[in-house]
Amino acid sequence: MTISISRLFVLFSLVIFSAHSVSAEVNVYSARKEALIKPILDDFSNQTGIKVNLITGDADALISRIKSEGQFSPADVLISADVGRLVRAKQLGITQANADEVIITNVPAYLRDEELHWTALTLRARPIMYAKDRVDPASLSTMQALTNKEWKNRICIRSSNNIYNQSMISGMIQTQGEAKTLDWAKGLVANFARTPKGGDRDQIKAVVAGECDVAIANTYYLAGMLNADDEATRKTAQQVAVFWPDQDTIGTHVNISGVSIAKYASNLDAAKTLIRFMLTDEAQVWYAETNHEYPVKAGIKWSQTLQDMGTFKAQEVSLAKVGETNAKALMLMDKAGWR
Amino acid sequence: MIKTALKGSAFTIYSVLAGLLLGLPLFVIFFSFFSWDTAIWQHLAATVLPKYISNSLMLAFGVGFGATILGTCLAWLIVNYNFYGRRLIQWMVLLPLAMPAYIIAYTYTGLLDFAGPLQTFIRGTFDLGAQDYWFPEVRSLSGAIILMSLVLYPYVYILARTAFSEQSQKYREVSELAGVSPLKHFFKVALPLARPAIMTGAALAMMEALADFGTVEYFGVSTFTTGIYRTWFGMGDIKAASQLSGFLCLFVFILIMVEKMSRRDSQNYSSRQGKSAQAKQVNGINGILIFVLCSLPVAFGFIIPFVQLATWALSFSDLSNLADYPEYAMNSAMLASIGAIVVVAMALLFSYAKRLHPSKTVSGFIQLVSLGYALPGTVIAIGVLVPLGWLDIKLNVMTNVWFDFQPGLVFSGTVFALIFAYAIRFMSVALNNTEAGIQRIKPSMDEASKVLGDSPTQRLLRIHIPLLKASLLSATLLVFVDILKELPATLVLRPFNFNTLAVKAFELASDERLIDAALPSITIVLVGILPVIILTKTLDGIERKYA
Repeated sequence: MTISISRLFVLFSLVIFSAHSVSAEVNVYSARKEALIKPILDDFSNQTGIKVNLITGDADALISRIKSEGQFSPADVLISADVGRLVRAKQLGITQANADEVIITNVPAYLRDEELHWTALTLRARPIMYAKDRVDPASLSTMQALTNKEWKNRICIRSSNNIYNQSMISGMIQTQGEAKTLDWAKGLVANFARTPKGGDRDQIKAVVAGECDVAIANTYYLAGMLNADDEATRKTAQQVAVFWPDQDTIGTHVNISGVSIAKYASNLDAAKTLIRFMLTDEAQVWYAETNHEYPVKAGIKWSQTLQDMGTFKAQEVSLAKVGETNAKALMLMDKAGWR
Repeated sequence: MIKTALKGSAFTIYSVLAGLLLGLPLFVIFFSFFSWDTAIWQHLAATVLPKYISNSLMLAFGVGFGATILGTCLAWLIVNYNFYGRRLIQWMVLLPLAMPAYIIAYTYTGLLDFAGPLQTFIRGTFDLGAQDYWFPEVRSLSGAIILMSLVLYPYVYILARTAFSEQSQKYREVSELAGVSPLKHFFKVALPLARPAIMTGAALAMMEALADFGTVEYFGVSTFTTGIYRTWFGMGDIKAASQLSGFLCLFVFILIMVEKMSRRDSQNYSSRQGKSAQAKQVNGINGILIFVLCSLPVAFGFIIPFVQLATWALSFSDLSNLADYPEYAMNSAMLASIGAIVVVAMALLFSYAKRLHPSKTVSGFIQLVSLGYALPGTVIAIGVLVPLGWLDIKLNVMTNVWFDFQPGLVFSGTVFALIFAYAIRFMSVALNNTEAGIQRIKPSMDEASKVLGDSPTQRLLRIHIPLLKASLLSATLLVFVDILKELPATLVLRPFNFNTLAVKAFELASDERLIDAALPSITIVLVGILPVIILTKTLDGIERKYA
């Protein structure tokens, strides 16, 4: 009798302490920052009545958390700011297929997993940015051309620790092969104006400062600076323009933000509803307007800033493959001496 | 008699159990050494490893050196001289503690980079172009060393100050009688006596520097920490990343051993016969000079970045979210309080168990759990997740058998996991205080209590805790402030919809929205100031007690 009472007590405390739920909700593990995702999740809750529980953090740390939580993981949805981590999540077996018509019809095939374990939500492009006052855009053509001698000490780009660079190199390995990519990386490192430091915005600032003449950076950072609250930042950004490289051949490198459903998702329907919502015109417009990312869905109007940067041909290499060669890309950059 | 022995060993058993628990994440890391991937190590050794090693060493020793110089000089001046503004300086020198290293790094970059106010002013005044003048680069290894020294010197200062103020006034009188100059007295008498305390502070600063990720990543300095992230996140090789962490632990272990060895031959109970050092009155120009000297580290380590952050926060931040800040501040303060109390209680357990029965086992565990301080938060977080995830699964299997019920996750993804991670990350800070404090208590106290028939528990409650009050309080406050600033582990382990100030600040700063990050950053600093002020009072108390 005493034993069963103590058992009941244990049971009771477990019920109290465990995060169990009954009402309609969905648990989101997001590698996208809260500020970049919360408003749209709030909209979703308002429209559907489904409560969204959110944790944000490093993608790999969140993936490790889902993995170690195993079959009891509360995670329903994993949102990532790049493709490499979605591919890794799939490889670790913590995701499941989501063969939703909405995804198949709206997302181009190269922007989603073959087995539909993940899909892109938005696109981000990584073009060349140059100083308007010093660089003639006619002197720019391809990424390959940035390794020419004329660009010596003129190029700024952030560290190879950064996933955007890793994905870019990985994309290059896919399109041009490892040997050629290594030569390119070595050539680019030789033309660096400084040891890579800071984020993408810092590269843009360095171009304006005259430390270098061109930078490689994601468009939404420049767009964010162009729409900044303070005038100094806006003025800095206005001195830089975007050049779309490789337009006659493979196109400019693009990465994605994307989403997966966790393997042990307990709120499966809510998770699917959320992803469908992220692909509605409304959500896609919000991303384009607020974060200046390119909508994954065709026919959505871009923000004025993005329109001003011009249209471009995107590199249509399978992002699943790009994710798979991520480690190779990193080791290649180690070899090239790219900090 | 037997009863006493048993009780004693009970404390030993508790501390061993606590050590095993806290050691779990470290065992997870060390376990990785059993499977060795030669290819990846060959690649690392041929490309990036030499740089990781040299940069980490330079960073650690640079910060150790910088923090020691700043902390020791400040402590010496403040303990020994009574100058104009001393009372003010006394609590202000601790303020940089409230400033997270990555925040000061971002702030100075904003101030000193090309587009910042200083360089713009220089260009405007002298009509210079972008390439016409030389300006030191903040974002470099030396920049990282200087900025980290500026926020980490309080660790040295706190310990050095206590050590200096405990030194008997007699020493100085003897020096004066022998015609030894104050400078010579400092180097020949005061400094050697305070060396163990200073070394401990320096070791803490060095470990903190080794564990830093935010600053070095932003400054483009490749260290072991950035290497661990890169290997794990970029290559997806968690094993090689754990092995790198293991090497970091090994280095810290050596550091701790060296520090212990340096302390071995200077074991004293600083029997405080006679008065402690009395502050000398300094007036006029010398007094002002000392005041200015003492305010420099505060100015650079706190006031300048604080003013810059406040300016950003007031002019550009979106103040519409202000209503959320009380909640973030409450969450931060709640975690920091619970964490600090748990960590300090465990530290006391370790120190007391070691005092009751100085055994190799307990000492070994103390050293083991001290290692966590040099590990980046994310590594600790993963080390925590693995055993807790396992525990949760076992628990569910058990409840399933007993009640046909599965509670889901009980340990992972709860505040428990966070406190667990903090305990490993910051045990070293607490232990340094409890160890130093308990060593100051004369063994004769224990003997007397034993004779009076007190049990070890009674002795702890009646003798040690009251005598250790100041050490325990300063340990609690230091851990509190550290948890307030802690980021990577909190980020990964926190429950759903749970935000803290550090999480907010980091999310914005790492998204390169530095100006938006100013508001949460300044709130962290403000919440951190209160414990820092209490800490000052505590230190004052220690000083007065020995005066």
